[in-house]
Amino acid sequence: MSAVEAIPVTVLGGYLGAGKTTLVNHLLREANGLRIAVLVNDFGELPIDADLIEAEEDSVLSIAGGCICCSYGSDLMATLQSLHVHPSRPQHVLIEASGVALPKPIADSVGLLPTLQLDGIVVLTDADTVLARAGDPYLGDTIERQLNDADLVILNKVDLVGDEKLAAVHGWLDELRPALKCIESVHARVPKAALLSAVEDPAVQIAASSGSPHVHYQSLLLSCDEVADAHAFAACLARPELGLLRVKGFIEDVNGCIHRIQVVGHRGKAEPITTPPRTVGKLVAIGLAQRMDIAGVAACDGVAGVLMRSDD
Amino acid sequence: MTFVIYPARRIHTMNPAQPEATHVAVQGDRILGAGSLEELTGWGEHTIDERFAGKILMPGLVEGHSHTMEGTFWRYVYCGYFDRVDPDGVTWPGVASIDAVLARLSTAQTQLDSDTAPLAGWSLDPIYYPGGARITRQHLDRVSTTRPIGVLHASGHIMNVNSRGLQLAGLLQKSIEHDGIVVGEDGLPTGELKGPDAMTLCGPFVGFDRDVLAADELGLRQFARLCVRKGVTTAADLASLLPDDAVDMMLRVTGEERFPTRIVSLRRFQNLTPQQMIDRALELGKRSTDRLRLGVIKVVADGSIQGFTARLRWPGYYNGAPNGLWYVPHEQLQEIYKLALKHGVQVHTHTNGDEATQLVCDCVGRALAQHPRPDHRFTLQHCQLADAALFRRIKSLNMCVNLFPNHHFYWGDQHYTTTVGPERARRMNACATALAAGVPLAIHSDAPVTPLGPLFTAWCAVNRRTASGRQLGKRECISVDDALRTITLGAAYTLKLDGEVGSIECGKRADFAVLEDDPVAAGAQGLKDVRIWGVVQGGRIFAGADI
Repeated sequence: MSAVEAIPVTVLGGYLGAGKTTLVNHLLREANGLRIAVLVNDFGELPIDADLIEAEEDSVLSIAGGCICCSYGSDLMATLQSLHVHPSRPQHVLIEASGVALPKPIADSVGLLPTLQLDGIVVLTDADTVLARAGDPYLGDTIERQLNDADLVILNKVDLVGDEKLAAVHGWLDELRPALKCIESVHARVPKAALLSAVEDPAVQIAASSGSPHVHYQSLLLSCDEVADAHAFAACLARPELGLLRVKGFIEDVNGCIHRIQVVGHRGKAEPITTPPRTVGKLVAIGLAQRMDIAGVAACDGVAGVLMRSDD
Repeated sequence: MTFVIYPARRIHTMNPAQPEATHVAVQGDRILGAGSLEELTGWGEHTIDERFAGKILMPGLVEGHSHTMEGTFWRYVYCGYFDRVDPDGVTWPGVASIDAVLARLSTAQTQLDSDTAPLAGWSLDPIYYPGGARITRQHLDRVSTTRPIGVLHASGHIMNVNSRGLQLAGLLQKSIEHDGIVVGEDGLPTGELKGPDAMTLCGPFVGFDRDVLAADELGLRQFARLCVRKGVTTAADLASLLPDDAVDMMLRVTGEERFPTRIVSLRRFQNLTPQQMIDRALELGKRSTDRLRLGVIKVVADGSIQGFTARLRWPGYYNGAPNGLWYVPHEQLQEIYKLALKHGVQVHTHTNGDEATQLVCDCVGRALAQHPRPDHRFTLQHCQLADAALFRRIKSLNMCVNLFPNHHFYWGDQHYTTTVGPERARRMNACATALAAGVPLAIHSDAPVTPLGPLFTAWCAVNRRTASGRQLGKRECISVDDALRTITLGAAYTLKLDGEVGSIECGKRADFAVLEDDPVAAGAQGLKDVRIWGVVQGGRIFAGADI
């Protein structure tokens, strides 16, 4: 464990037009003091809304609120390494993969750098076109491989499809990956808390409107006892049937070791840490109100209590 | 009017109206004419230069797909399996075993001034070693444990490093999970790194610059010296990002009085929108000079066959590997073609797998329906797996192909046994089918992936022999005449330079390959051993011996 905290990295995948850039801009607008670094494959199409850009220098865009955006082109690793020493060291990194890229190899490469830690792989997909793309003989396997790499899928543009088509998309996704953790969205409006909340902030507020009348986010505050096995605990919280999208916080195990617990969609992990955090034994969780199994969460070995926080 | 007449033992002109001549008249940088002495004296006052009287002249050879970084790589230690000539004309014998590689690296490190200085090698190809032995960090540690060592494979996609190299990159540790990092039985990386992400972590420590693809000034000069030794007077560089400072440098260097090669440098599609790419290509085109041609775009559609990243049609890879990767979204590909046709910009597209070739045909077909343009000469680069039907389609779309017969020699055995299997290995780089379909054909080396040398490439296309001696697809062999036309006029056509170079006839550039042996007389077997004296480029004489 290095003295300086590793920066969490989220890899954003999905085919052209799925809404990756819209999501990035949405998150930058919601950043609220969180210093986000956005890495895009290239600057061909300006990846950031013009009104957010404060300056451009040496292919780095400075964004309101201390955020930055840079392109990595053919050298992802050098760009990632440079972030650690960037004057305004980012608190979260978003890598926007190219439309045809497979996100997992990018996530694996992030894992090679000690100054970074993978938060999760989020794949966006366009509810209106995903079935057509999946049926495209040139593209079908790429679309499926992208979705198979995802810890969390954002099914975007649900406002563009009728109920019947939406059901067909869910049916197809369910066949591809049973029990997939999937959020519906309109204009990629997903609350920041569901994707990149800071660990130290247990009073997380879910202010964002999802834009969809069917989608309500619910956050939970979990009080935890000492756990026997932190890794098993994280895996337990990541189980699809609980419906949790994201969990963050610190717990102590029976040996007195403090672990950072982190769940992003299907990915649940525990990491021992040496620097004691402010709060131990409290986890913040977020999920979809109608999918979350609160009783199931409460029944997890190690969870002593569950407090529901108000959603939007 | 004064000019020089060069008598030669024989001149193969590639001019169909006059395939052979004995004399060529040169005025300045142009050919006044080819024919007999008597015919040429009719032009007026002249001098006769006998220096090529015993030599064979051909049009200057045209390499349609190489990378000027071949010149850059020679500053590293050559570790290839086959003999290879460096820019100084020194033949580096191939190293045929791991021990031989280690011995060469050990010799090279005696030139270094400290025991911690990095040592880098290139062109490693362990697939040829007895029993398929793999190099590990422990092998390279026998050369040094104090200095970082890295050796790049011939494919350019894999690098082996020693323990020190791994350590400096922070990779000498357990629990690494990455497809590009091979882990040994001890739980630690073996030092074999695959793909750009894993390699670029170690590259800077072992002495490889971050951007080896962009040749620097020295690399460009070294590349040109290799061209002279190989009889090449025009070489395409596919491709780089061509920022303004690189273009300034290239203009300055190629513009020097004694720079011996015409470089056609393509701009790779990256970091720009399709519209920006077209604008940039048009802007670059305006900066073209005789010896630095700019304004052409290269797009990479898929990966490589031996790396299993090429996109194949059903049934895919022979060993069951999953299908490869797309490198550019199809909508962008479509947009590039559409805009390029609209604005008259030429596009070369890298496709290796047949699915990628088919996709490009689909996109070009749609783009042509929107913006018909005669003589666009969009060219498919590599296009290794196209079958007869695809070649017919390529013809119907007026596209050209630049095939890669060198692959048969270097990796044909692996294609036969592992990547695509026997049947498709026999039709890879189907030069005969392409010619029969009437598709304009070039053939290339992709140097430094395989060595620069159009006569060797011609030998590969004529014989289709693998390194082990297997003949892959006898029916796709082409004749010596076809091969020689392909490495001159054929390649020139794909670069839209066939009106200027590629044949020895009145009015064209005075570009000659000067040969000691007659390639036609050498025949199919002897093509690769034809000795090359040097070149005449734009009327200027460059001997390989003193370049």
